[in-house]
Order: sequence, then structure tokens, then C-alpha cells
Amino acid sequence: MKIQIKNGRLIDPANGIDANKDLFIAAGKIVGVGAAPDGFQANRIIDAAKMIVCPGFIDLAARLREPGLEYKATLSSEMSAAVAGGITSLCCPPDTDPPLDEPGLVEMLKHRAKSANKSHVYPLGALTIGLGGQKLTEMAELTDAGCVAFSHADHPLTDTQVLSRALAYAATFGFSVWLRPQDAYLAKGGVAHDGEVATRMGLPSIPTTAETIAIATILQLMRSTGARVHICRVSSAIGVQMIRAAKKEGLPVTCDVGVHHLHLCDRDLGYFDSNCNLMPPLRGLRDRDALREALKDGAIDAICSDHTPVDDDAKQVPFGEAEPGATGLELLLPLTLKWATEMKLSLSDALATITSRPADVLGLSAGRLGVGCAADIAIVDTNRTWRVEREALRSQGKNTPFLGFEMVGKAICTLVDGHVVHES
Amino acid sequence: MNDRLLDAEELLTRLIGELKPAVDKDTALVGIYTGGVWLAQRLHAALSLTVPLGTLDASFYRDDYGVIGLHSQPKPSDIPFEVEGRHIILVDDVLNTGRTIRAAMTELFDYGRPASVRLAALVDRGGRELPIAAQYVGAVMTLPPDELLALEKDESGLLRLSIQPWKRK
Amino acid sequence: MNHNPQLNKNGELTHLLTIEGLSAEIVRTILDTAESFVSVAEREVKKVPLLRGKSVFNLFFEASTRTRTTFEIAAKRLSADVLNLNIGASSTSKGETLLDTVDNLSAMHADMFVVRHAQSGAPFLIARHVKPGIHVVNAGDGRHAHPTQGLLDMYTIRHYKRDFTQLTVAIIGDVLHSRVARSQIHALTTLGVPEVRVVGPKTLLPNGIENMGVHVYHDMAKGLKDVDVVIMLRLQNERMNGALLPTAQEYFKCYGLTQEKLALAKPDAIVMHPGPMNRGVEIDSAVADGSQSVILPQVTFGIAVRMAVMSILAGN
Repeated sequence: MKIQIKNGRLIDPANGIDANKDLFIAAGKIVGVGAAPDGFQANRIIDAAKMIVCPGFIDLAARLREPGLEYKATLSSEMSAAVAGGITSLCCPPDTDPPLDEPGLVEMLKHRAKSANKSHVYPLGALTIGLGGQKLTEMAELTDAGCVAFSHADHPLTDTQVLSRALAYAATFGFSVWLRPQDAYLAKGGVAHDGEVATRMGLPSIPTTAETIAIATILQLMRSTGARVHICRVSSAIGVQMIRAAKKEGLPVTCDVGVHHLHLCDRDLGYFDSNCNLMPPLRGLRDRDALREALKDGAIDAICSDHTPVDDDAKQVPFGEAEPGATGLELLLPLTLKWATEMKLSLSDALATITSRPADVLGLSAGRLGVGCAADIAIVDTNRTWRVEREALRSQGKNTPFLGFEMVGKAICTLVDGHVVHES
Repeated sequence: MNDRLLDAEELLTRLIGELKPAVDKDTALVGIYTGGVWLAQRLHAALSLTVPLGTLDASFYRDDYGVIGLHSQPKPSDIPFEVEGRHIILVDDVLNTGRTIRAAMTELFDYGRPASVRLAALVDRGGRELPIAAQYVGAVMTLPPDELLALEKDESGLLRLSIQPWKRK
Repeated sequence: MNHNPQLNKNGELTHLLTIEGLSAEIVRTILDTAESFVSVAEREVKKVPLLRGKSVFNLFFEASTRTRTTFEIAAKRLSADVLNLNIGASSTSKGETLLDTVDNLSAMHADMFVVRHAQSGAPFLIARHVKPGIHVVNAGDGRHAHPTQGLLDMYTIRHYKRDFTQLTVAIIGDVLHSRVARSQIHALTTLGVPEVRVVGPKTLLPNGIENMGVHVYHDMAKGLKDVDVVIMLRLQNERMNGALLPTAQEYFKCYGLTQEKLALAKPDAIVMHPGPMNRGVEIDSAVADGSQSVILPQVTFGIAVRMAVMSILAGN
């Protein structure tokens, strides 16, 4: 199908383009930027007047809940939510049921995702069998099956010897390991950030040291094993500073931040709003501000949604009993734009955090719109306001701290491999 | 307006005169907060009663709790004598619908079973909604329901009656 | 989420969930109302008809005979019908959610829920969920709040000391896990107590507690100096298991209240304890039973304060 997207403002952060240029698509790829290739006859012309045309977004963390957790969400509902959010590629963590620790499971997931004909799905393989933190998975086989990296999701990996060996093994093949830095012992029983808010609210807390000690361990093991590590969902000012210093040192470390942590802090828990029960917890105001700056200056590489659909029953309980997580696929774009506006950044810099920069973390050539690139495109109305209501969300997860809030920014049309997969 | 205003001190003197023959050494006086307590204190002294003075708040026995909630600042009731078998005179400043007296009697009966209960009021202003009557009254008058007759006490302890506009809840 | 969930749309108190956020005026009104109810307890007929025809359901998800009993007595003295539901862990294991339980009971025409729960914030969830006109009283939620205890402690202090604005108050012990301490701190600061101290080892004092308006002491001798009111907190046995403390003996040595340590406070200082006491762990028997102890009167005042709270809520 030959498609021309005309009249839009083309923003391609990777190639430094921010101009009114048309885009030409054929056979799933971009064949022209600005000027049509010779003899191009469009089967369809999409008028993107007053809209932004940019690479489709790449979400480094989105839980699709299949296999096994279909009562929380299904591939079908979540993939619809993803493309409605302008997301054309996403990574899913291995904490499904069963966890993605076998090539067969990964192949099946990839197959089902492909059949859905929506976003590209890049599974993260489990680092250990069953995410039990003891035995290594067949990392080479899992990579052949389609895993782009290995992760331990939110499961604790307390045996440092196992962690060290897992990193060394991964380093053998140059595989990347994605770790969420949380010391299981220090975090034990905690549901909120250790600070004056948790003290006032009487909530068992997770100290910042739970994150910083884990980061220190990871960085040290990187030095001794040579592994490439991506640190997931950094949440503290000190943690960010440690990663910044490690990058300066030349360690092959990258990191991401959950989009909610760019906007919310522990005070937003309010009167025990279970929708603000997140992991890692929403930390203090200074932590939030440090994260916002670090994303700007590159110490943090990318934003992800950390999309975690949770069923109502698991949220409509007292705060400490609630399952942590927030739905995020449809909020990634407006919340990213909000951060950029508040930080006085250009649209191009804003979009880079969810296109070229996450693509670079993954080592993919995605997230850019040069000739020859896959036609993964989002057409975005940066002025469209919409209200976050249960009915407005396509995701099965309605758990969001932003329920009732007005958002600015919506994907009007999303293309994956040159096919229109979402139109509103 | 002035000709309707009554002299509270004058009415009190009249009330003392009416009560003198009606009390003895065992009679108990119980004032209902707040105006009734001021009056009862004056009566108690003037009649040289030996049984200590009782005070009742009756807030917890009112029948309008469901409508207006708890009256602000209820004061502690204090009945420092045995109610059982006692002849009691309740004292209130203004008798209107009769509901305050009904509440006060219900509260009194939670302390015990009196031999008799009579009522002394400085002013009976009519507007009864219950079959309640005062045996001893300083003055009887009729006031429209949108006017409030209130008893006040000045710094020197003198009692005064005033009429103010009233919006009933 | 920002509107104070304790107030109805007329700004009146419709739930009592925490002392935090209540004005000094509301707190004083509760104490003044409680004073009237104290005299009710001294009569032959200890009842008043205020809550006649109303149903009060005691929903205790965390067992407690003491607190539940005082709430039951308070409700009955207001002539309410009282139903006790000790849910414990069994209901949740049967699969019925907290909100389902509340819905079922509301359908049985409950007018008021008195709730105790192991999770901080549970009463807020319930208050958000019940229909207008149903009132929720927090009888203790996790580590967060125990507002009626805080209020009765204030009543006790006012009874013996009268003027809050001249006092130094020390709260001693496991503040980290104590909902009572948090409620007391809110109440004391709201009523204008100029010096509120918390005393305990670092492991038992929560991060950032100074932001609640208290001074932190780790040395009990310094913390007790010239204090007017000494509040001792209960130490649970579990604390020794969680590497927060070594033994009860060492705790008693460093933070237990003995006659010698009490002598560091003002000579007319009063000793309070929310109960139940661990004699020989946080407090010496001689002190608990001594002339400066007001621990027993605290219990009596507790009934009057709870009557005051229930009657104010039910009338709004």
C-alpha cells in the first residue's frame, strides 16, 4: 500500500528534522522524505494538517499480561491501547505466568503479537529460570527466539553470586541485562518512599538506600564482568547521580525512568490513593526534580510508561494491600509532552525521549524516519485535550493516578510497517 | 416596641412572691441552661432553700437532634440531690413550644422518680406544641413565631429581657 | 482527592478518620462535649437517648477487646443498637473484599461504622465508599491514626493541666509503629502545645518525624527534663525479632520509665499510657500504680470522648 502523509510538521529527532515535509511510504518502508520518489502514486493520502508527524513511540516497558494474567489484561486490549497511544514498538518484561524463561513461550508470544497486527513486540527474556534467582536461562536460545535483552522484572535477585554469574554469562554473548535496582531486604514490607510523607501516613517504607545500594552493586558487577546493563525505573536523586558518574567513567550503562515518576511524588498519595501505589515508589519532591533534570541532560536515556494494568479488585483495597502499578500506554505521550513543556524543551527533544533514545538503548534502527526505515509512524495532535476517564482508556487497566485529569496530546493516526493500525 | 418589653427584675420579684408559699426545706430547684440557671440561682438565694441547686442541660434529650445535630457546647448537667421521692420545681426563662421542658423532664426521670415536678417560668410567651403548662409564671404574653424573647445578664448581674428577630430551623 | 474526606459539603464533621486536618475549634468542641458525657457516667441511668434507633457496627478487622468494648459501651450509653463484627483475617480469606463487607452491612441499615484495620488508610477507603449520611469512626488504622485515643489523651491532659500552651510533653517509645503517637502529635500541635518531644532509639523513630512539629531525643534523661506530661508507648514483642531492638531488658534499662527517671520531669508531671501496659518493659509497676499515674482515669475519659465523637457525627 502506497501512502502519502501530507501537510504535517515532520519531526525526526534522530536526523534533526523539524520542518513541514511530506512523507512517502511503500511496502512498509519510508521511500521519500519531503519529495516523492519518481513515479510514486499514493493509494491513500493522509492529511496531517496542524499535526506532528513523527516516529512511532518506543516504550521500553509495557506489561501485556499474556500469558497467564488475562484477567488483568489481554494482548488484544493492550495492543489496541498501545497504538492508540502512538506506540509502534514495545518491550514487555518477562513476569508473565509462566515467566518468559523458555524459547517456546517467547515464540508463542511473538507469534500472537504479530497476529494482532499492531505494535512490534520485543520480549525481554527472564534472566533466571522462573525468575527464581537461582538458575540461568538459556540466554542464547532465548535470543534466537526473539528476546532483545534479559530482565528480572520486579523479582528480587538476592544471591549476588548468581547475579554476578548471570551478568558474566550474558557478557559472554554481549547480551544486555535489564535490572530494576531494589535491595530486597531493605525494601521488605515497604509500600511507600521512606520520608516525611510515609511517616505522617504511617505507611511501611522503602528507603532510598534500597535503590542506591542495588545500583552500587550492579555498577561494581559491571566493572568486574564487563556486562552491559540497562537500569530500569530509576527513582531517586542519588541513584541518578551514581548512574551519571558511571557513564562518565565509561561504563556501558543506560537507564530509563517511568513517566509517572517525572510528574508525581510521595505527596501525591493524598488520602491513601491506591492508584499512586507504584513500584518503585513515588519518592520525594527533590527526587522527582532530579529525575526531570537528568532526563533533560541525558543521564537518563529514555522515558517508558511502565504500563501495568491492574484489575479493580486489586486496587480498591487499603493502600498497603494494593497491587502496585499504573496503566500508562495511553498516557505516555501527553505526560512526555507535559514534562517537556514544563522544562521548556522543544518538541523534538521531547519526542526523542520516546523515539530515538529508547531505540538507541535497544540497539535498534527504529525510532527514526530516514529513507529505508520501517514506516512506524505516529501522527499526533499536540493541542488535543482529552479527559482521563475509564471509558476513554482502551487498556483493560483503568488504574491511573490521573483519573479525571485533563491531558493534552493524542495520537490521531498510527502506522506500523506502513499499515494504519489506529485512527481516531 | 417599648411597651412590649417587660422588666425581668420586676417579673422575678413577682415569681419569688408566688413561689414563697409553695416551697419547703425539702423542695429542690432545677434550672435549665442558660437563662433558667440564672433565674434558679436568684430564686434559690431569695427563697433560702436548703437543698442544693440542680442544673440541667437537656441537649441530649432534645427532639430536634435529627434535624440540627448536637447543640454546640452542651454543658454538664448536675443534680446534687436524690431525685427519688423529691418535689422538684423546674425553672426556665421563656416557655414557648414546651419541647425544652419535655426534654428536661425526660432527663430528670433518668436520675430517679420524683414525687412531683412543677414548672416556674419567667415568661410564658404562648405557641405551645405540647401539653405543657407552668404553675408559676412572671408574665403571660403572645409573641409571633418570628420573634425571639431572650433573657440576658449584664456585668452587674442584673437580668434583662430583649426581643430579637428569629429564624427558626 | 483533595477535599478533606472528614467533612461533608457543609463543612461539618461527618467522619472521624484522623486528627490531622481538624481545626483547634473542632477538637475543643469534642473535648467540651465529652465533659458533659462524663457527668452522665456518674448517674444512676447512664444513658441518653441521642442515638436511639441508630445502628452502630463495630467493624474490627484487627482484634481488640479493650477498644471495642469502650466503643460498645459508648454507643449503648447513647441508646444506639450495637453490632460487633470481628472479621479478622477470616473474611478476606473467604474472598469477600473490604468494600463488599461494607456494602453488605450498609444494606442492613448501618448508620455508623467504627473501624479498626491493620492497614493504614483503610477507613479512608471505607469513608469514600459509603453513602452520605453513614458515618465512619476510625478506631485505629495500621500505624496511621487512632483519633479517639488522641482525643481522650488530650481530654486527660486538659483535666489535669488545663492550659495546653504552657506545657512540655514527651512521648516515649516505639513511635515508628504507633498510630497513637501520630494522633497525639497532631492533637498536641493543633492545641498549641509549644514543646512536643519524641524519645526513643533511632530504630524506633521514623524518618522525618521532626516535620510533624516535634523535637527528637535519643537520650531519655534529656528528653524527660522538666516535662509536664509523660506519655509511654507500648512496646510490642515483635520488635525484638525484627532487629530493631536487642532485648526487652536493655530497652527497659534505656527507655523504661522508673521512679528515678520520672524524677527528672516536673514534680507534678502526669504519667499516661494508652494501654495495654507491658509492666517492666516500658514502665515500672511502681510508676504505673503511683500517684502521678493517670492511666486509669484515661480509660473513663475514653468512654465520654467516644460518646462525644459519635453524637457529634451522628448529628451532622
